[in-house]
Formats: sequence, structure tokens, C-alpha cells
Amino acid sequence: MSSIHSRATARLALSPAVILLLAWMAIPLAMTLWYSFHDYQLLIPRGNEFVGWENYAYFLTDPAFLHALVNTLALVGGVLLITVAAGIGLALLLDQPIYGRGIVRVLVVSPFFVMPTVSALVWKNMFMNPVNGLLAWLAQLLGMPAIDWLAQAPLLSLVIIVAWGWLPFATLILLTALQSLDAEQKEAAQMDGAGALARFRHITLPHLARPTAVVILIQTIFLLSIFAEILVTTNGGPGTQSTNLAFLVYSQALLRFDVGSASAGGAVAVVLANILALLLMRLVGRNLDA
Amino acid sequence: MAGRHGRNKLVFTALAWVLALLVFFPLLWTLLTSFKTEGEAVAIPPKFLFFDWTLENYAEVWERTDYLRHLRNSIIISLGSTLIGLAVAIPAAWAMAFSPTRSTRTVLLWMLSTRMLPAVGVLVPVYLLFKQAGLLDSRSGLVLILMLTNLPIMVWMLYTYFREIPREILEAARMDGATPLRELAYVLAPMALPGIASTLLLNVILAWNESFWTLNLTAASTGPLTAFIASFSAPEGLFYARLSAASMLAIAPIVVLGWLSQKQLVRGLTFGAVK
Repeated sequence: MSSIHSRATARLALSPAVILLLAWMAIPLAMTLWYSFHDYQLLIPRGNEFVGWENYAYFLTDPAFLHALVNTLALVGGVLLITVAAGIGLALLLDQPIYGRGIVRVLVVSPFFVMPTVSALVWKNMFMNPVNGLLAWLAQLLGMPAIDWLAQAPLLSLVIIVAWGWLPFATLILLTALQSLDAEQKEAAQMDGAGALARFRHITLPHLARPTAVVILIQTIFLLSIFAEILVTTNGGPGTQSTNLAFLVYSQALLRFDVGSASAGGAVAVVLANILALLLMRLVGRNLDA
Repeated sequence: MAGRHGRNKLVFTALAWVLALLVFFPLLWTLLTSFKTEGEAVAIPPKFLFFDWTLENYAEVWERTDYLRHLRNSIIISLGSTLIGLAVAIPAAWAMAFSPTRSTRTVLLWMLSTRMLPAVGVLVPVYLLFKQAGLLDSRSGLVLILMLTNLPIMVWMLYTYFREIPREILEAARMDGATPLRELAYVLAPMALPGIASTLLLNVILAWNESFWTLNLTAASTGPLTAFIASFSAPEGLFYARLSAASMLAIAPIVVLGWLSQKQLVRGLTFGAVK
């Protein structure tokens, strides 16, 4: 009796969340798909007629799309490379017995809480500015020519800015995982005569594999939609050199008011993200019952 | 042996501090610059500590810009979206943690999948819907959107916390004849509160820093601090000191909250996969 009753209550308690998310997922996505097959310009009132795959053809054959796709992957890949490599190093270091570990942790983790517009503008002006930036001054000290970072290497500059914000995330997650590594297990291995290197290779490293995968996939989800950093630094330029997919769709939609092709771009972005998301679901899903 | 360990500890400590300060340096530099005059802020060679410390930039940002209005917007949007989200997420997570069914796992994973929807994939319809509904450049519109985007994270976080509450206690309370209301007030609430507080904290931080919807759906008046800072990217003149002061004012409260939520951050953003 009571179990049937509580099951009904449970369903009732669950339904608002399910309905909201269902609506949030289905309605805009259906609209994106609908627009993507129609000729719809916000500023030019035309028939809004069905055009089949034309928007997709337009969006996918636009040279800007290929640039944006490559830039998106380069941004994601570059940031992942830096954050995972440096994150593993930092996490291993912070896992050692050190003085003032609490404060060190606070220092390392701070950039993650800085809003993207702030971090991008701070880096753009105070570090990467070719005249007044600290990096220009450093280059000058070392006898090298100053680099106009955002003009000469816009994508690399963005990778640096974004990686700075995400390094704390990777470090923190890997550190948490390291700290959950059973101390007894390590001690037992030590007693068995395993050297530091052997312990690292056979106990620590395998233990880090899963959290590293989690870091990679979660960061990928967020990094696919980098937007604010581009908006306030390079505005996608010079040309399309630092335009990623998110920024391209934004400029089609809100700068050129081409709803149809922006929607096609949005749909393409969804498909790409879904491919990556499937990987993550598998990984996280496996852990659900653990 | 003890000596070697002691020396190792010193070496590791030195290395860790150097690297940590390097990572933290951009923030430290912003903080220092915020106390300089504009002239000193762009001085080459840069002035690290020996300059005329001034609070002028803070006074200027406080009085001459719309900082306070944007601060209020940020508070309303981040707290509003989180509180409404919690009201929806708590019952949902509760139901799934305590009355799991065969579909619970699927529902959880499906919720997670909505979070993976790239925002840009629904930018056009959301923009047009908002335009039609008069929600463009409104705080309530952003509250709604941020509530929806963070809802999956809230449900997941709460679910992982609620699952750790021992069910035996619940059953014992029921055996003793506790009514559902008493059960909630005396047994569940005290045990659930820490998890709810953590979820609140992390999601306020996420909403505070959200920079896709807040930049695309607002104009001058209702933008939160993310939009306020973005307005400093306008190319007319470079005001490093003032930018720094405004930046510090925009991030300080949330960075401090962030320090308090490090552990929850791991759990929340990995959807419970790493604890």
C-alpha cells in the first residue's frame, strides 16, 4: 500500500523537473531544426519558405565554417593539452606533504572562479598588449621583439587565456582523485619493496586514468562553446582566424540576422557535441552504481 | 631518512609555492593595478609594489559607472535562478534517491544529456522566443534560462548527496509513526541541508559567471556584471587601473565563495563521478 502511494508521490515530485527539461530541450531544438530548413532573414521579410538543405549547403560550404571547425578543435585540443598535462603535474605536487598546502590550493584554484569577460580582458590588456603588456616587457627584457599576441597569434592567445581558467578545474579534480587513493594500498606496495617509480607506474597512474578521462570530456563540453573570451578580445578575427563554431553561429544570427543559416549552424554544433557527449555518458554512466 | 624526507618537503614546498603564485599572478597583478593611477598602471618597466597606492579607481567605478546596478542584477539573476532551480530539483532528486525505479538511471542520464546541448544550438529560437515574449533584456528571462541550464547539475549534485543519507533512519522514523511532515522537518531536513547548501553555493557561482546567455540576451540596463565588464572592451582609450578595479569588484565576492566550495565543485561538475 504505502509503497504504491510513495511511488506515486515520487513520480509527482520528479515531474516538474522532467517537464521543464523536456520543454527546454524539445521546443528550441525543434525550432532550430524548423528554421534550418527555411529561408528566414530577420531584417528582410520574405515568404519564409521551405528551402530544403540549402541553409546547410550554404553554411557548410562557407569557407568560414571550415575555419571555425578547425579553430574549435584547435581551441579544445590546445586547452585540453595544457590543462591536463599541467594539471597532472600540479596535482601530483600538491598531493605531496608541503607547508601551507591549504593556501597553495586556494591560489591555484582561484582562476576558475573568475568570470570569462574579466579573465579575457585582463589578459588582453595587461598581459598581451604589445606596448603596455607585461609579456611585451618580458620579451624586451630578454631582448626579443614584442609580440602583438591577439593580432599575430589570436588562437594561441585564446588557448592561453582559456587554459588559465580551466587549469584549476583539472588540478582540483585530479588532486581529489589522488587523495582518495588508498594510503594503505600505497603503504602495502612500499612494504612489498616497490620503489617510488614502480608505485607511481602501477598504482598512481592507473588510478588517474578515469578522473583524467572525466576531466577531458567535461572540459570538452564547456570548451566547445567558448564565446565570451572571443567576443571581448578578438571578435573572431583577424578575419576568421579566431572564430569558433559558437561564435560563427552567433555572428550569423545576431549580427547578420540570417536565422536560417544560423540555425543550420546550430544544428551542426548540436550534432558535433552529441558525438562527444555520448562518450561522456558512457563514462559517467558506468560510475552511477558504484 | 628523516632528514631526506624533511629536505624533500622543503623542495616540494618551494616548487609548489612558486607554481601556485605563477598561476595566481594575473589576479594578483589585477589587484595591484587596481590601486595604481592610470599612468602607473601602464608604466614600463612595470611597478610592482612601489607606487602611490590609491583608492581612486574604486571610488570612480563605484560612483561614476553603473556598477551597483549590474551588481544588483548579478545577485538577483544568480540567486533567483538557483533558488527556483532548487525548488524544482530538490523534490526530483529526493524522489530518485529514495524511491528509485527501473527508469531512474535513464532519467538521470537524460537530464545530464540536456546539459550537453550546446547553447549556440538553441540561440536563435531562444532569442526569437524572448523577443516575442518581451523577455529580451530582462532579468526574469535570464533567471529562467540559467535555471534551466543549471537544473541538471542541481539534480545530480543533490542526488549524490541524498543517496548518502542512510535509509534506515527514514524507515525507523516511519516505524515510530512519524507523519510525512514530521519526517521532513525532524529527520530529513537536518541531514539534507549540507548537500542543499553546497548545491546552492556552486550554482550561484556558475550563474554568476555564465557568459553566453548573459551577454547575448541583455543590453545595458539588465545585464549582470559579466556584461558590465564586457563593456570595458570598447576600444576608446585604455584604462587599465579602472578596468582592474571594476574587475576586482566583479569577481571578489564570487572568488571568496569559490574558495569555500572547492570540494563541492569537484562533485558538482563531474556529476558525482569524482568525489
